[in-house]
Amino acid sequence: MTTTTDLVSYEDALASYDPVMGLEVHVELGTKTKMFCGCSTELGAEPNSQSCPTCLGLPGSLPVVNATGVESAIKIGLALNCEIAEWCRFARKNYFYPDMPKNFQTSQYDEPIAFNGYLDVQLEDGTTFRVEIERAHMEEDTGKSTHVGGATGRIHGAQHSLLDYNRAGIPLIEIVTKPIVGAGERAPEVARAYVAELRELIKALGVSEARMEMGQMRCDVNLSLMPKDADKFGTRSETKNVNSLRSVERAARFEIQRHAAVLSGGGTIVQETRHFHEDTGSTTSGRVKEEAEDYRYFPEPDLVPVAPSRDWVEELRATLPELPLARRNRLREEWGVSAVDMQAILNAGAIDPIVATIEAGADATSARKWWMGELARTANETGTHLEALPITPEQVARVTALVAEGSLNDKLARQVIEGVLKGEGTPDEVVEKRGLKVVSDEGALTAAVDEAIAGNPAIADKIRGGKVAAAGALVGAVMKATRGQADAARVKELILEKLGVSEG
Amino acid sequence: MTDAIIKLTAAEIAAKIASGELTAVAVTEAHLARIEAIDEKVHAFLHVDREGALAQARAVDEKRERGEKLGPLAGVPLALKDIFTTAGVPTTVGSKILEGWIPPYDATLTKRLKDADVVILGKTNMDEFAMGSSTENSAFGPTGNPWDLTRVPGGSGGGSSAALASFQAPLAIGTDTGGSIRQPAAVTGTVGVKPTYGGVSRYGMVAFSSSLDQGGPCARTVLDAALLHEVIGGHDPLDSTSIDAPVPPVVEAARNGSVAGMRVGVVKQFRGEGYQAGVVQRFDEAVALLKELGAEIVELDCPSFDLALSAYYLIAPSECSSNLARFDGLRYGLRTGDDGTHSAEEVTSLTRAEGFGAEVKRRIMLGTYALSSGYYDAYYGSAQKVRTLITRDFEKSFEKVDVIVSPTTPTTAFAIGERADDPMAMYLADLCTIPTNLAGNAAMSLPCGLAPEDGLPVGLQIIAPAMKDDRLYKVGAAVEAAYVEKWGHPLLEEAPSL
Repeated sequence: MTTTTDLVSYEDALASYDPVMGLEVHVELGTKTKMFCGCSTELGAEPNSQSCPTCLGLPGSLPVVNATGVESAIKIGLALNCEIAEWCRFARKNYFYPDMPKNFQTSQYDEPIAFNGYLDVQLEDGTTFRVEIERAHMEEDTGKSTHVGGATGRIHGAQHSLLDYNRAGIPLIEIVTKPIVGAGERAPEVARAYVAELRELIKALGVSEARMEMGQMRCDVNLSLMPKDADKFGTRSETKNVNSLRSVERAARFEIQRHAAVLSGGGTIVQETRHFHEDTGSTTSGRVKEEAEDYRYFPEPDLVPVAPSRDWVEELRATLPELPLARRNRLREEWGVSAVDMQAILNAGAIDPIVATIEAGADATSARKWWMGELARTANETGTHLEALPITPEQVARVTALVAEGSLNDKLARQVIEGVLKGEGTPDEVVEKRGLKVVSDEGALTAAVDEAIAGNPAIADKIRGGKVAAAGALVGAVMKATRGQADAARVKELILEKLGVSEG
Repeated sequence: MTDAIIKLTAAEIAAKIASGELTAVAVTEAHLARIEAIDEKVHAFLHVDREGALAQARAVDEKRERGEKLGPLAGVPLALKDIFTTAGVPTTVGSKILEGWIPPYDATLTKRLKDADVVILGKTNMDEFAMGSSTENSAFGPTGNPWDLTRVPGGSGGGSSAALASFQAPLAIGTDTGGSIRQPAAVTGTVGVKPTYGGVSRYGMVAFSSSLDQGGPCARTVLDAALLHEVIGGHDPLDSTSIDAPVPPVVEAARNGSVAGMRVGVVKQFRGEGYQAGVVQRFDEAVALLKELGAEIVELDCPSFDLALSAYYLIAPSECSSNLARFDGLRYGLRTGDDGTHSAEEVTSLTRAEGFGAEVKRRIMLGTYALSSGYYDAYYGSAQKVRTLITRDFEKSFEKVDVIVSPTTPTTAFAIGERADDPMAMYLADLCTIPTNLAGNAAMSLPCGLAPEDGLPVGLQIIAPAMKDDRLYKVGAAVEAAYVEKWGHPLLEEAPSL
């Protein structure tokens, strides 16, 4: 797709305008059953195999609220420092679309379960930015349509469409920020950091896996610009379903540049929905909202109001885990790493594995070294998550223990890790099978050292003459002879001993 | 033999089956024969499930032979309004848009009937989606009133009331959103009860207006209605609006009819312009009778009731505009224009244009408008406030009285076609029944005589507070007994034979 949009440079855009953002994030809850019926929410099942009269919207069917869904919503609200409604209702959002079986979505309108909160997010340089939360409300997901035969994958122009209602009725929490102002040039970074922090929070609460690539978490980026001296927000565009952290940042950045181009050219921004394209990093116009769409909201008469007792809310508050930002700050101190390094650890998804490795007995530095080094590289190359690698934190801890006791050196340890990843067994089994033990048999080592000295008389002389640095060549020869299984430091000691020199 | 069986009450049939005097199969066959003989003229049924009914009847007889205990209505035939889903049996809601649809599941009410061994004869005619007061809005043709086949049997549950009045079934099920159980009962000389909202599960009952719809029992006697009420009532976890409390003791009340010492309210708003003279006369006589039986009559003023009809015609259409959105031709029922030349949106539009009748379309448009942004507060919002006022008027009234009585409907059965082109005239038929739906409390209609000017049945409405449904039966049974004694026979004896 080509884009004919003129852009102004990012710097020029920010010189004249202040961006105002609103972020709407949908999170699919990880409840076992759907929001209003008992159907399973398991992903990957045969299309339409997880459906019943209620989630298919058959005539006569009725919804029943999933209590766990409400509980999750309250937990999210509490973690976002929101007030929790004492009494609220579901509402029907009426519009026609084939993937919505009832042609209305059961949602919440002017009575959200949680409202008026905030989330502190940390930017790359370690500074904190507070994002105000307008509301978090409960609703149900739609089915999934696959449009076949159209050029764009959209319903228009399609020959036919396939509908899978397995997703219909899966609980969603929609979290809406208040307008985010004052972020200036860092607005795209704030957007990204907010979505990232929210994802961590959701995961920490255990209410969803929040995997964006699986559609379990989706973000709409609403953005407008206002001239530096203005006090009224400009017209916004709504970029829908931006589905990765990187895309959130890019979409915000692109829209800032596009809006600036339109506005500085004397044009006006049209209120419309836009689609983000991963390949070009640009957005294109979706449908124009000539007037605000009329969803004819009204209270859902098939459901009774949700009135969480204060006792229950306080009980839930008491069960909240340590929240991600606080935890990261604590760990940063415990591990002695910089804010930037911590950000990298977070981005790599390495926090939990490192914590688990330390809990299994490793020291922080080693645990971090393995997960952020060898293992991060492997995950990257194979396109998997760190936690999906076929190695456990306990196994990593065992490797560090073997290194610490001197049974493995660094090079051997890497081979052990490689063996575990290849499915050759536990670290000890790999050591055993591959015969990867540091040679600590002094007799064998001494023989190898003697052999190396005898075989390299010129180098031996240099060392005898005081060029201790030349010992490296002899160490290399010994290591080669022992197929890397010797402890290099001990080898060097032996060589120097034999040749009657000391390092000092 | 057939003639003798079909005149029996449900309680009598159940007793005879339990004692072995009659088999359930014989009872079912007698009713199926009656349906075959006369329903061509009446058109009470949209679908007769001959095989299903006989299989259920056989199962009852086998149970009895095995010596198993039978429920209080085991083997009694019933006519089910075609608004409740029945697994494997068509459910049309009187609409072309669901013609041919076979539901994959049973409504909770259907299931409870089956579990109680009630024999479901078939599905009865109704105004499309229960919208109407005459059954003329059925996509499958009108039903005749057994008292005069050129007149309407009321609506929306005209098929059920006509089936009872023509002795095609001793029991029937109706649903009442604005009077669709009570008004048909009134104009056919039968008994109909709208239970307290939430008293009978709505799961599997195709929705018209969710906050008003209520299924309930229809019968020829107060006791039969009570027996049926007890079978279908009670909490259902599948319906969030269902009340989690035991069914009020309706059968006990029906067996112990009495009004002695009761305070009975007469609302002054329930008379005046539009009320037929003969209806008012029979109602006044009923009030006199209640007094004679020992009740204290109290006059009540409920000014908000004058606004009930207006509020109803905003709330019910609003909810229906949303409830009926699902009929889009994509998943079930009628589909029009699927010929490769129309988009999905066009197919939905063509399907709805063809599948819905005029009254349904009128209400969908009314409701869509009333919910529109900018109009919501003025229409839907105001209507909800009126609803609160009506509830308060009832609450205040029930501080002074135990039950309220009124005519069920302002006139006797009107002629088929008479009001078909005048929706407002049609809507007035529900003038006295609608306040109860808006407030959510319970009400019954039972016969109180024939109007002198046309010889057609007049209904007496009894209204009770929420969850005091038993009072309806206590008062109803006393009134019924007094009338039967006075007339020397049940009112239906005077209906022409078909």
